[in-house]
Amino acid sequence: MSSSSNPGALTADPHPRAFHLASEDDHHPENGTLLGFWIYLMSDCLIFAALFATYAVLGTSYAGGPSQAELFKLPTVALNTSMLLLSSITYGFAMLAMAKGNKGATLVWLGITGLFGAAFIGLELQEFAELIRDGAGPQRSAFLSSFFALVGTHGLHVSVGIIWLITLMVQVGRKGLIQTNRRRLMCLSLFWHFLDVIWIGVFSFVYLIGVLR
Amino acid sequence: MSGASHAGPHGAAPDGHDVYDNEEPHGSLQDYVIGFVLSVILTAIPFWLVMAHVFKSPTVTAFSVMALAGLQIVVHMIYFLHMTPKAEGGWNMLALIFTLVLVTIALSGSMWVMYHLNVNMMPTSMMTSGSMAPGAMNGMTSPAATMTQDNEIGGNTMGPGDMGGMKMAPPASARDPRTMP
Repeated sequence: MSSSSNPGALTADPHPRAFHLASEDDHHPENGTLLGFWIYLMSDCLIFAALFATYAVLGTSYAGGPSQAELFKLPTVALNTSMLLLSSITYGFAMLAMAKGNKGATLVWLGITGLFGAAFIGLELQEFAELIRDGAGPQRSAFLSSFFALVGTHGLHVSVGIIWLITLMVQVGRKGLIQTNRRRLMCLSLFWHFLDVIWIGVFSFVYLIGVLR
Repeated sequence: MSGASHAGPHGAAPDGHDVYDNEEPHGSLQDYVIGFVLSVILTAIPFWLVMAHVFKSPTVTAFSVMALAGLQIVVHMIYFLHMTPKAEGGWNMLALIFTLVLVTIALSGSMWVMYHLNVNMMPTSMMTSGSMAPGAMNGMTSPAATMTQDNEIGGNTMGPGDMGGMKMAPPASARDPRTMP
């Protein structure tokens, strides 16, 4: 009985509890991963909170250098934002295709998502290159250091997301929409939409409010 | 899974069976489209507010932009990330609330502390204690050194005797962008 399998257990209220919990877990094999991944995203959120706080403190330390209003081009930011937003909904379409078990459509939507993500990164790298060329690189002022740290970290996340997306496309292409791949696609879905949420903060707080100063 | 998606394609299935069948919390097409349209609107408005100079006061515009951003984050959470109080037995929401508390403390605390550090380091407050030795002044400036050092590049014509005051002066100008060239 319980005393033999579980010597340390209380004698008053034996086994049913422990066994019940174990069997309960079998009902939700995927939830552990998704909850764990969500907690990772929350910790990632704290990294961004620290970077946002740094930018909030240093965002007006220009060291006699250029300010946000002189540097930022809002039409480019609007284009960038729309790229990321479009990639968010195409990823949603990929998830819907996955729910229907349509492998071809899933791959097509994932591919489109990757292209939007790549367009976002391309525009951002172009913006960075222009800033550095104009002498407004990260070493110019505390404002630009914090700006490059925050926006660069977000861009790095999106780049890693694209690599992950390509990896999963290969996985789905080879093995199909098996349970493991569905779980992976779910995690990437959370990651991808989470990055869009962070970008809302970036374009609002850094770019839009920045040019108001 | 939002309430709308739940009532949609899987409405007929019992709740437990539904969860067991597709572990993935996914929304319906309707969910994604609603989320996308709302996001487009909530993105377009702040860009329009800033680019068309709708409000005279930058403060009003800034607060509107932040409010719309907060609203859009909620829209994303509901329609794209499928956050519900019941997701993962409530643990998702608990982790999110905990994170929001930490983020709020980190952001508001940083801004509050650093703002008051700047205010207390203003030259006017330093001038009243002008009898202090330069060494003591430097000792006090060191916490703010990271904030002031970039301003020293701009050059300052004050004499070496005013070293403490010179170190103090830049943060005031750095804080107010209108005084910058």
